Amino acid sequence: MLNVYDILETIRMIQDECLDIRTITMGISLMDCIDSDIDRACEKVYGKITRCAKDLVRTGEGIEKEYGIPIINKRLSVTPISIVSAACDAEPVKFALTMERAAKECGVNLIGGYSALVQKGFSAGDERLIRSIPEALASTTCVCSSVNVGSTKTGINMDAVKLMGGIVRQAAELTVKEQCFGAAKLVVFCNAVDDNPFMAGAFHGVGEPDCIINVGVSGPGVVRAALEKYPDADINELADIIKKTAYKITRVGQLVGVRASEKLGVPFGIVDLSLAPTPAVGDSVAYILEEMGLEKCGCAGTTACLAMLNDAVKKGGVMACSRIGGLSGAFIPVSEDAGMIAAAESGSLLIEKLEAMTAVCSVGLDMIVIPGDTPAEVISGIIADEAAIGMVNSKTTAVRVIPAVGYNEGDVLDWGGLFGKGPVMKVNRFSPSKFIGRGGQIPAPLHSLKN
Amino acid sequence: MKAVITVIGKDAVGILAKVSAICAENNANVIEVTQSVLQDMFAMIMLVDITAISSDFVELQDSLTALGDSLGLKIHTMHEDIFNTMHRI
Repeated sequence: MLNVYDILETIRMIQDECLDIRTITMGISLMDCIDSDIDRACEKVYGKITRCAKDLVRTGEGIEKEYGIPIINKRLSVTPISIVSAACDAEPVKFALTMERAAKECGVNLIGGYSALVQKGFSAGDERLIRSIPEALASTTCVCSSVNVGSTKTGINMDAVKLMGGIVRQAAELTVKEQCFGAAKLVVFCNAVDDNPFMAGAFHGVGEPDCIINVGVSGPGVVRAALEKYPDADINELADIIKKTAYKITRVGQLVGVRASEKLGVPFGIVDLSLAPTPAVGDSVAYILEEMGLEKCGCAGTTACLAMLNDAVKKGGVMACSRIGGLSGAFIPVSEDAGMIAAAESGSLLIEKLEAMTAVCSVGLDMIVIPGDTPAEVISGIIADEAAIGMVNSKTTAVRVIPAVGYNEGDVLDWGGLFGKGPVMKVNRFSPSKFIGRGGQIPAPLHSLKN
Repeated sequence: MKAVITVIGKDAVGILAKVSAICAENNANVIEVTQSVLQDMFAMIMLVDITAISSDFVELQDSLTALGDSLGLKIHTMHEDIFNTMHRI
């Protein structure tokens, strides 16, 4: 018989400590939907998505009931649309509208893949797709977009970095009435991964199978609660506690992924071993760092705590599942984490500190509200810095900043739900415009030559 | 296939009987029961075989949850796999 203590522990994790499966994301290849006629291509895209994902939400809800674990999001990711739209000589926004329609039909809350991969240069269709992103995001509600501008293997495409600064601004400008929400659905990556189940950066990579299920787990609240029981433990002990907790969290992800894959008849891809926070109190990565002994997230010592946390999460999760992928690590989205919001509002957490934290966490500068008058070249500079950290450290980094057009420093943008709310944070006003204006490619680092 | 039913809340007369009655109505065979009362908090864990249940598993869950609501108790009915997966290597 199962141990009573174990049963109650599981129930407490779910009931009181916000343990959940953050997302089941179905990746769908649209390679077979390519057509030179955009209307025909869109029809095929709609048909394929709704055919593959028709049972996704119902199946997810069934598994939720069966195991008593909440599965917060059911989502879709598709082949980067720049590839699908390359053959059409038409505005690709139609694809975004089609994705929106298909997502609504399937009942999922977000669909990712209005994306382009331009780390080494623009191929046919890439630039046109990128320029259409602001309009695509403004005319849809659940379509998410991402652009990969660099990688350790290729270096950083500075022409794309320059372009993206303006695109991020426009995405915010076109959605001023929705508190600049467009920019919250757009991620600029370095070393983007093909099997990421998390939004807004999910897309279905070109080397992936036709259709696949990826799972993203969560559980910052569980880790914090576990650490709370050992107020005087040394760091080795803390790392061990995190590993054990991460193991348990990840096991549930594996169980749900395998079950979903069986029920849907779709292969199981990966578990993304992540600590993904939500704005709910008690579901915060910042509070874990503070539990380790920081007065406020962002103070000296934050990067070291985060590095330890990130590493322990991976070590604990590795043995718990058959295949690991996605972004895997601790996320630090400011607006989606109650502790980060509080730290930013108190002035303890600054963008410069967040940048340092991105060198040791799962992704990058995420969900950060910046002043609405931040020039495009400053945003490009932020993207370039972040991409450089990713390129040199062989890790995924990303920038998802939201220029608060029409708001002032100290104001708060509030989108509600999982996206949360964020105060406008200070940005260095000196200009990198000469550097950004040069264009070209930052060469790949020496350690990219592995062969 | 087995499920774990946990009942947590304030102790009262007849909790075990009412939960067992619903299990019996749905042809879920009770395999094992552990229960304890600490001060006046009641905690019961019941392992039931759901291989031959007469209704849908979700229906059994819903009727137990409804019973919990009417008695002011928290009743969770979960597939045993989640516990096995989480706590056993």
